Amino acid sequence: MKKILAAAFAFTTLAAACGGASNVTPSPSTGGTATADPCGVPVKQQCATEAQALTGAGATFPAPIYTKWIDEYNKLTGVQINYQAIGSGGGIKAFTDKTADFGASDVPLTDAQIDAITGGFYTVPTVMGAVVPTYNVPNVTATLKFTPDALAGIFLGTITKWNDPKIASENPGVSLPDQNITTVHRSDGSGTTGVFTDYLSKVSADWKSKVGSATSVNWPGGVGASGNAGVAGQVKQTPGAIGYVELIYAISNKLGYGVVKNAAGKYTEASLDSVTKAADGVTLPDLGNLKGQQAKISITNSTNADAWPISTFTWILISKDMSDRGKATAIVRYLWYNTHEGQTFAKDLGYAPLPSAARKTAEELIKSVTSGGSKILTVNSSY
Amino acid sequence: MTRTFDRAFAAGVTALAMLVPLTLAGITVLLLIDAWPALTTFGLSYFTTTVWDPVKLVFGAAAYVYGTIVTTIVAVALATPIAVGAAIYLTEFAPRPLRAPVAFVIELLAFIPSIIYGLWGMFVLVPVMRSNIEPALQGTIGHVPLVGQLFSGTPVGLDLLSGGVVLAIMILPILMAVSREVLLAVPPTQREAMIGLGATRWEAVTRAVLPYARPGIIGGAVLGVGRAFGETMAVTMVVGNSSRDITGSLFVPGYTMASAIANQFVEADTELYFSAVVEVALVLLLVAVVVNSVARLLIRRAVADRPAGAVI
Repeated sequence: MKKILAAAFAFTTLAAACGGASNVTPSPSTGGTATADPCGVPVKQQCATEAQALTGAGATFPAPIYTKWIDEYNKLTGVQINYQAIGSGGGIKAFTDKTADFGASDVPLTDAQIDAITGGFYTVPTVMGAVVPTYNVPNVTATLKFTPDALAGIFLGTITKWNDPKIASENPGVSLPDQNITTVHRSDGSGTTGVFTDYLSKVSADWKSKVGSATSVNWPGGVGASGNAGVAGQVKQTPGAIGYVELIYAISNKLGYGVVKNAAGKYTEASLDSVTKAADGVTLPDLGNLKGQQAKISITNSTNADAWPISTFTWILISKDMSDRGKATAIVRYLWYNTHEGQTFAKDLGYAPLPSAARKTAEELIKSVTSGGSKILTVNSSY
Repeated sequence: MTRTFDRAFAAGVTALAMLVPLTLAGITVLLLIDAWPALTTFGLSYFTTTVWDPVKLVFGAAAYVYGTIVTTIVAVALATPIAVGAAIYLTEFAPRPLRAPVAFVIELLAFIPSIIYGLWGMFVLVPVMRSNIEPALQGTIGHVPLVGQLFSGTPVGLDLLSGGVVLAIMILPILMAVSREVLLAVPPTQREAMIGLGATRWEAVTRAVLPYARPGIIGGAVLGVGRAFGETMAVTMVVGNSSRDITGSLFVPGYTMASAIANQFVEADTELYFSAVVEVALVLLLVAVVVNSVARLLIRRAVADRPAGAVI
């Protein structure tokens, strides 16, 4: 088994290196076995028994890369996938009500949400993202460093001035003004808030007991703004403001962002590599039954010395067994594509690719999907 | 044949007329069903507390109700004098060739999508409020006892006052249009009689024209209140979206019922949370009904008090 997987990865990397997007027709150099079964993986061509249309709904954070994957997958197979970025909560609802073939969420489902879903389902990791603090301190151009304690204190409202010793002591040489801090948070429910508050709950007992973590929380203060753009806009125009946005948003809009001391005590800059590092070596629990295990798939406050501490996976939810074999085939193949060839698009779009352990886990899940009890993919069908 | 047709026609229009109240009833029933878990869990405390905590599942909507009412009052208080003043100018003083174009421009404001007001509010109004208007207000009437309370705290720009100002601009066209129509409908003989008695223009307007037009102006204000209550997008972008304790200051970030629903509906992922958000919608509907009824009563009284022959 292990050997096959290793081979699979070597192959995938090779296939990805060979072309990705332009690889519409099977290239002889990537091996002949794949073309033998048009409905197997890796995905190379149309498959007659595959459903021609799928619907998905959920998180907005991964929507840009999902759209890219859907487009590429469509070029390869002709399958039309309609993904609606209505938010994680909406995605979970749509998946629960079976109005979408797959759901997408930035945060793991709660026990109550898991119970509400009839039939088993898998929570499959697809890519990774991160949240970074962005600020606007007059006359300060240096990158500010924050201890977890300082960050929690700022958002709790216990640190109210920029020249507070808790901030100043970590930033020697930067002259911080005696200015009030205005915190800016998301007013709409958001996976970004979920990750940020999950991190603060881990590093601050005070935060955990007073506020806690969820996609919407009872903020102790500050102003709320809608979406990443709203938060970034408010921070930009309010002197003394600090907020949090997705890393990809900060990168693509060239926003400055601070560094946060990670659990190993290091100031590692937020980058796609340091985000992937946060999941490096993490053993994921049984993603087919997450009840009571949700905390284990959280990768915030990673102990890896090179990790960015406010990182997260984003997930797709799929049924373990689907009565419609055509749909099951399409979903399985599409997900396989996402977690393999599709990963090569991640960095360009500002997402951190899955580390190998997480890809292995995703692969196992995809392979165990069944229709009427019989598997869709067999190990042999791919390599 | 014609009689049967008449009967069918009557039945048809009756059915059409019933559609609207039935829709309202249907919406109310649906909201009640979905809000039931929150209604039974929190009871009256839902209306008296301001803690809105989706993590601990404790919900109190008092801050939302307060924010909605405060922003609406600010909006109507700011917009009514401007609208009535502009309407008086346009009907009594403006050179005739100017009247229609100016009225048209003001009414154009009504066609601007609310997201544009929101963007303008966020990028233009809020910074001006924060660094100019709010400090100035604080420095002047901020020192007056009692009233000064309205202007206390650090000006952040994203607050109830900004929400009210954006709303005022948004309800201005409807208020102005209605006031203008009403003033135009005042019989010219009223003015002429006053002027003939040697009254000044001020006296003619305040003693003869405005009393006639009062019910209509109040009616316009009611329409404005209706719009201010339900307005979501633009207010959300400037009001601060933060439901803390009710302080009585206009300079604190606030929340309105409509923005609370818009912000939280999609991600309200537990039954009780969802239900609490739906209850906000139910309360919004009820408050709207109450405000409209009160306003209608006001109009009826104003109509009853009007001078004989006045227009509405």
